[in-house]
Amino acid sequence: MEQTDTNGPVLEASAVDVWSAWSHHILITGVDWKVLPGEYWVIGGRHGSGKTDLLMTAAGLQRPAAGSLGIFGREMAQLSETELLAQRRRIGFVFKGGGRMFAELTVAENVALALCYHYNWSAEQARDEVRTALEITELTALAQETAQTIGSDWQQRVGLARALALKPEVMFFDEPASGLEARHRQWWRDFMAQLSSGIPYTGGRRVTIIAATNDFALWHGGNHRYALIKEKRWHVSGERAEYPQIE
Amino acid sequence: MEPVSKTLSATEVAEERERASMYRAYSNYTGGKLVGLIEGIRGLGSLLLITVAVIATKFNTARAVIHPLIRREMVRAGFRLLPMVGFLAFALGMVVIGQTVLLMNRLGSQTYLGMVMVTVVVRELGPILAALLVLARVGTANVVELGTARALGEVEALEALGIDPIHYLIVPRVIGIGVSIFALTIYLILFALLSGYLFAFMEGVPLLPGEYFRQLANALLWQDFVLILLKTMSFGTFIAITTCYEGLAQPLRLEAVSRATTSAVAKCVVGVVLLDAVFIIVYLVI
Repeated sequence: MEQTDTNGPVLEASAVDVWSAWSHHILITGVDWKVLPGEYWVIGGRHGSGKTDLLMTAAGLQRPAAGSLGIFGREMAQLSETELLAQRRRIGFVFKGGGRMFAELTVAENVALALCYHYNWSAEQARDEVRTALEITELTALAQETAQTIGSDWQQRVGLARALALKPEVMFFDEPASGLEARHRQWWRDFMAQLSSGIPYTGGRRVTIIAATNDFALWHGGNHRYALIKEKRWHVSGERAEYPQIE
Repeated sequence: MEPVSKTLSATEVAEERERASMYRAYSNYTGGKLVGLIEGIRGLGSLLLITVAVIATKFNTARAVIHPLIRREMVRAGFRLLPMVGFLAFALGMVVIGQTVLLMNRLGSQTYLGMVMVTVVVRELGPILAALLVLARVGTANVVELGTARALGEVEALEALGIDPIHYLIVPRVIGIGVSIFALTIYLILFALLSGYLFAFMEGVPLLPGEYFRQLANALLWQDFVLILLKTMSFGTFIAITTCYEGLAQPLRLEAVSRATTSAVAKCVVGVVLLDAVFIIVYLVI
C-alpha cells in the first residue's frame, strides 16, 4: 500500500471550474480549496448545485473544466489513467441514494470485489477482511443478500463497507444521510465521527472526511470545517464556529 | 424574340426557397449522418485499441477476479448456446445441405460436392451464423447490462474503487465472445455437414460416407483453418466491442438503453457482413 503524505495537503484546488458529467455545463466556478490530512469537511448546497460533480472531481472521477487540482500532492492533469486508478485506491467514495451497489453481486461480494481485484485474492482469502467490514457497518446478517432484496438504507451502508475495504486515507460522502430513517441518520453521523477520530479497522488512523449535504443540521456541533456552494460560487465558511445557511 | 431571363413570380420565389431549404435539410441530414458514422468508427477504433492494450498489459492482473469472469462469458456465449447451435446446424443440414447433395446427385456432379460444402458451409455460413446467434443471445444482453450499469452509475463506482472498467467489464466479454464464436462455428460446421449427409442418405443418394468425407477433406485447404480462426475471432471482437461501446461509451439514461441495443444490433449485423466481404476479397487474392 502506498504511503500517506502526512505533511502536504490531501487535496488542493486552485481556480477550479466544475462541470456536469451529463450536460457539460459549468456548475461551480473558482473553487479554491485546500484539505489537510485528518480534516472533516462538510459541503452544503441546494439540490442541483453541483455537489456530486464537485466531489467526483475532487476524487479524481471526472476532470475539472478549468483550473488546477492536486491529489496527494500530484497534479491531476498530469496523471495517466493508470496512475489515477492507483491514486483512487487511497480514496473512498460513498455515493448517494443507495451507494450504487453492484446489482448482480451479493453484499459480501460487493465488499470483497476491490480487495480481490487489487490483491488478487480469492473470496476465501478476502473473507476475514470482508467479515470485519460487514461487522463494523452492521451488515453481517445481510452478507448473502443482493441489492434487490435489501432496502436503500442498507444499500447505502454496503457502499460504505465497500469503500472502507481498501482502508482509504480520504473518504468522500455524497449526501450520506439523505432520505434515510432517523435511526440510520444518527448511525451515519456517529460512524463518520468515529471514522474521523480513527477506528481500529483503519489502524487507528484519522480518516480525512469530505461530506456533501443539503442540510447542515446533521453536522452541527462537531469539529468540522464548512463550505457552501451558492449561485455557482464556492464559499469557504471558515473554521468550526461559522454555520452557513444553505438557503 | 423571347427574353433570355424573366422576373420570377412570388409563387416561383417561394417554391425556389422551399427547394433550397429542402436541399439544405437533406445535405445537413446526410452530413450529420456522415459525421456520426466517422465519429462512431473513431470511437470503436479507440475502444478496440485500448482494449487490446489492456489485454496485453493486464492479462494476468487481478487473475482471481478477471479469469472467472472470462470463463463465465465463455459459458454464457458458448456452452449455453450449444443446444441452439445444434438445432440450427441440424436445420441447416437438412434444409440446405441435404437438398444440395440431392440436387448435385441428380445433375451428376457429386464429385464437386466437397468443394461446394467447404465453400458454402465452412467458409461462409458457419462463421456468420454462429456470430449472428451470439449477437442475438449475448450481444444484446451486453448492451442492456452495460447500459443499465452505466445509467445506474456502477461504472463510476468501479472507478471509485480503483478498478479499471475496461479490464473488468470489456476484456472478459471480448475474449469470451471471440473464443465462443470460434468454438460454436466448429460445432455448427460439424453438425451441419453430418445432418446434411444424413438427409441425403435418407433420400437414397448413392454416396457412401467414406466418399463424402474424403471429398470434404480434399476440398479443405490449410488456409481454411486460418480463415475460420481469423474470421470468428474478428467477428467476436467486433460484436463484443460494438455492444460494449454502445452500452458504455456515453452516459445513458435508462430509457435510452433500448435504443442503444437496437442500434448496436444493426451496427453489428452490417459490420459482420462487411468484415465477411473483406475476408472473401483477401481469400480470393491469396
